[in-house]
Amino acid sequence: MDGLTLAFEPARPTRSGARGFLRRLTAGASGWIAAALLCLLFAAGFGASWVVPYNPASQDLGAALSPPSLAAVNGHVHPLGTDKLGRDVLSRLLIGLRVSLLVSFAVVPLSTALGVVIGILSGYAGGRTDLALMRVVDAQMAIPALLLMIAVVAALGPGLLQIIVVLVIAGWTAYARVIRSEVLALRQREFVAAATAVGARGGRVLARHVVPNVLPTVIVLATLQAPVVIVSEAALSFLGLGIQPPTPSLGQMLAEAQEVIWQAWWLPAIPGVMISLVVLVFNLMGDRVRDILDPRLRGVM
Amino acid sequence: MPFVTRYLLNRAAYSLVAFWGVLTIVFVLLHVTGDPAALLAGELATPEVIHEIQHAYGLDQPLPLQYLHFLSQVARGDLGYSYRQSVPVVELVVGHIGATVELAFAALVVTVLIGLPLGVLAGSHRGSAVDAAAMLASLFGLSFPSFWLGLMLIIVFGVLLGWLPVSGYGGLSHLLMPAVVLGGFEAAQLSRLTRTALLEVLAQDYVRTARAKGLAGSVVLLKHALRNAALPMLTILGLAFGRMLGGAVVVETIFAWPGMGRLGVQAVIGRDFPVVQGTVIVGAAIFLAVNFAVDLAYGWVDPRLRAGAAHA
Repeated sequence: MDGLTLAFEPARPTRSGARGFLRRLTAGASGWIAAALLCLLFAAGFGASWVVPYNPASQDLGAALSPPSLAAVNGHVHPLGTDKLGRDVLSRLLIGLRVSLLVSFAVVPLSTALGVVIGILSGYAGGRTDLALMRVVDAQMAIPALLLMIAVVAALGPGLLQIIVVLVIAGWTAYARVIRSEVLALRQREFVAAATAVGARGGRVLARHVVPNVLPTVIVLATLQAPVVIVSEAALSFLGLGIQPPTPSLGQMLAEAQEVIWQAWWLPAIPGVMISLVVLVFNLMGDRVRDILDPRLRGVM
Repeated sequence: MPFVTRYLLNRAAYSLVAFWGVLTIVFVLLHVTGDPAALLAGELATPEVIHEIQHAYGLDQPLPLQYLHFLSQVARGDLGYSYRQSVPVVELVVGHIGATVELAFAALVVTVLIGLPLGVLAGSHRGSAVDAAAMLASLFGLSFPSFWLGLMLIIVFGVLLGWLPVSGYGGLSHLLMPAVVLGGFEAAQLSRLTRTALLEVLAQDYVRTARAKGLAGSVVLLKHALRNAALPMLTILGLAFGRMLGGAVVVETIFAWPGMGRLGVQAVIGRDFPVVQGTVIVGAAIFLAVNFAVDLAYGWVDPRLRAGAAHA
């Protein structure tokens, strides 16, 4: 009877839309653990201003290098200890987390927009435009990512705004290349030809048929780019080429910890755990988003 | 022309065009967006001083002329003079490249020794606890940033246990930690790719045939499956090796390893533009050369390419 019921069963409504997507994203233990951790990180990062116990820049040399403990030192409790200037590690950690998240929230949409526009232009225009743009992509991809970034820093100087520009410049190529090949494939499809045949202009074909079809790919690439951005920002700040003091950042905290690594193990350990946690959660979510939306994209970023 | 020759010529042309593109990007970055003279002179310099510097380094000439001059210089193997150390950049790069190559080879060994067995283990025990554990380990490997892993190793093996020197250049004991940190990340990637490639091959008919005719599991795995999964692995190893040679920036800095990456970072901090430019150009050249070598290896390893003329 199975075959019969199957044949006459009405088409099952596909789980489309945002709610179905969210349900699949959080299915299973690893799914909801990752989702819960993500929410927690966002809450900690963006609620940081209300949560942080101390001003992250205020120094208390009398309490310098106190280890994590709930006991009061110099009249203050520092749950995650203090650094060599007596600044509260928990406060700096949360503000640093917010900086990391803000940088990735600025960089990911900007490099997505740039890469998608160039990818669509390249795939749609074809000919010399395509050739020239793809040679730029090839050339840029031949420069190891961190070397490219330090070259851009050399030109622009360090700082928060500069770091965003650097990471956008380093990030757009992956989008451009993938979107271009998607557009090339879409142009061969019947529905695009049909739209053109009934007289739709280029702009309408793009907006109604091309863009919606590359959207899942774009979302997957964006979720995979987020952890790369966070690690790159931390690496540049660690090298002293990224976010500059007094703004705290996780990479900078690690760099400062290097000087006192013999006395204070918690100073390098804590920001590192935070960076790894953020990246791990983003990687987990990114893997899931990719498996749901577009499994062909394994290993693109 | 035989197919394989045409393929290799194609790849060589691609590399050369990409290298020209790299030179153009570097030129645009350092000559068009920034003003090297002003950066070199510092914030307190008078316009006269800046003008003098511009003249001395040929920075007052029209940009297209500077571009052509730059291209012809690079073509002759001249990367200019260091602003800070008054030695040719080529000399500086050559002096640092040995340490980088040494580190990259050691890291490649680490990548293969950790990544390959992990991936094979996971792929041949698909869905088992071994698979899950191996993939979890690789996820962690991908998520630990190298600068943190490096610091943690320094704390454990350098500070607490005192087994290994925490930084500097020297024998095998100096090489061990940087190589593990640099190779560890790539090992995580390699293990994931090996697993995927192996799973794909194990689903093929010839593997079922090999099993059906009674070959031992290990023979099927080594002689049939792994050899066919070797091509994507070769690609990822080539990319990894190129990255490690060209951009071991962070690891070299943590461990004070006197390689090219550290040279580049110090040059950025010291605003030594020609040295930044030189490390980027050489890093990209090495990356392209390694990829070309991988393409050559493809021509040699892949029988389809060798015999391509008959079928293409």
